[in-house]
Amino acid sequence: MIEQLTKNERQLAVVILLAITICGMAFAGAGQGDPVGVHGFLIMAAGIAGIFWVISGYFSPEPPADRSDSYYDDPSRAGILFAMAWAVAGMFVGVWIALLLAYPDFTFDAAWASFGRLRPVHTSGVIFGFGGNALIATSFYVMQRTSRARLPGQLGPLFVLYGYNLFCVLAATGYLMGVTQSKEYAEPEWYADLWLTIVWVTYLIVYLLTLARRKEPHIYVANWYYLAFVVVVAMLHIINNLAVPVSFGSAKSYSLFSGVQDAMTQWWYGHNAVAFFLTAGFLGMMYYYLPKRAGRPLFSYRMSIISFWGITFLYMWAGSHHLHYTALPQWVQTLGMTFSVMLIVPSWAAAANALLTLNGAWHKVRTDATLRFMMMAAVFYGLTTFEGSFLAIRSVNALSHYTDWTVGHVHAGALGWVALITFGSIYASVPWLWKRPAMYSARLVEVHFWLAIAGTVIYVLAMWNSGIIQGLMWRTYNANGTLAYSFIDSLVEMHPYYVARAFGGLLFLIGALVGCYNIWMTIRTAPLPAEAALEPVGDFPEPAAARQAAE
Amino acid sequence: MTVTYEELVWFAKTFGLFYFIAMSAIVLLYVYWPSNRREFDRAAASILEKDDRPCP
Repeated sequence: MIEQLTKNERQLAVVILLAITICGMAFAGAGQGDPVGVHGFLIMAAGIAGIFWVISGYFSPEPPADRSDSYYDDPSRAGILFAMAWAVAGMFVGVWIALLLAYPDFTFDAAWASFGRLRPVHTSGVIFGFGGNALIATSFYVMQRTSRARLPGQLGPLFVLYGYNLFCVLAATGYLMGVTQSKEYAEPEWYADLWLTIVWVTYLIVYLLTLARRKEPHIYVANWYYLAFVVVVAMLHIINNLAVPVSFGSAKSYSLFSGVQDAMTQWWYGHNAVAFFLTAGFLGMMYYYLPKRAGRPLFSYRMSIISFWGITFLYMWAGSHHLHYTALPQWVQTLGMTFSVMLIVPSWAAAANALLTLNGAWHKVRTDATLRFMMMAAVFYGLTTFEGSFLAIRSVNALSHYTDWTVGHVHAGALGWVALITFGSIYASVPWLWKRPAMYSARLVEVHFWLAIAGTVIYVLAMWNSGIIQGLMWRTYNANGTLAYSFIDSLVEMHPYYVARAFGGLLFLIGALVGCYNIWMTIRTAPLPAEAALEPVGDFPEPAAARQAAE
Repeated sequence: MTVTYEELVWFAKTFGLFYFIAMSAIVLLYVYWPSNRREFDRAAASILEKDDRPCP
């Protein structure tokens, strides 16, 4: 990977890594006795390891001068591997905390293994670790192909990828030590947030510079979504994390906002994180990989533009539906509810556009599990956005809020939409990126597909049941006008569903492990002459289509 | 100059509406402008072409 950097970039890389090491040293010194000190050592170790890595390839020959006629795919390849590693880690912790809810003894009496600390490791691990790395990897891939231009340099994209993963590690290790600013999906403290800001602005610059070099006159719609993801996440991240640290040597900071303003800012952030991280970015993925894999152009390019502006405009105002029946002014709650209901229009336009694109390619959906991953993702996207609009209605929210229904909704989106479209896109890009004829085993992709679908369905059905039971038990009154059930009664009722949830999650995790093995074997063994033995038969994808796709 | 809560609400409830309408109108005009059709059709088909190396 270092061989791909020019001499100047190698020097600059050493300078950047030295600066990171010195920053880490400063934190390690100032933060003695505080978690920030531990993170200082971690940052220092990352910087030093990076310097050794650059030096190890420092004297290798420079990349050829005519490299501009090939794409720069190292960051995409590394990003996919990071994404799969985070998927396994994040989903493993997810299964663990699911078991914790069913069997509380799984904390082993250790503070770091308590639910409150492990839960953000799961959420950040899967959203930022798995989802974020997949978005970075595929966005670099897609922006180069759709712009017909190479990335502007070699160092910038690498900095974005590795810098982002350093942020993810700081976040996850921080939670285990009890570092959190208690904002959902924005838990990392000020120093990690500052670092992410630097990384993210670099990401935006890399993206804009690539678009500026494009040879295609029109910017393909997938880029609009990816760009909306990069720009809006920067805005959300900076505003929601405005805070004043206690001191340079302390991990603790105080938010600039308080009370209901804090709540509103947080849920403006939180819901737009769903909108622009978990939706816009992955729609960018879908708008490239699904038509590409199906071999058919988008059903309606016009509809994709209308849904783009609908989604970006309407989502911005929907966050207040998280604060129904709170101190937030009633009209702001109603505004959020109304916009959430309107969102069904662009969301279903996007889902329908994806499914209608498959007209004429449904025979491929039957035989090609990779395309089927993407198709089911579009189905779940349609289901989840409908459910989201429905749950945002105030009277529905009165039943669903604070129950497992919300958890079920989030996982219908996260497992059914985000993870399925990601696995589909990864299975499509791995052979393209590593120049292999096809995945090592199409049958294992098939196995992964069914494990993922079974896991998602079990998970979501369990949470729908438990959520509605919870909601109903909490609002049932007896003849005297007092509550019929105590909270603990509802908790006891949840036990079977929590066991089912853990099982569904476990299936999903096993699917991800199968995916890791398959990707690893594709990278390791596919170019061997044994390739002939992999000739597709039965439910394998058509050989011609697979080879065409690999070209 | 201090902005009262009422003034802010008034602004949000009037300007926001027209902003939304204007934005929708601009998007729909752009999308359905007849001469843009060729560009969109070309863009939709462009990703299906062989794209294994950048344009020179």
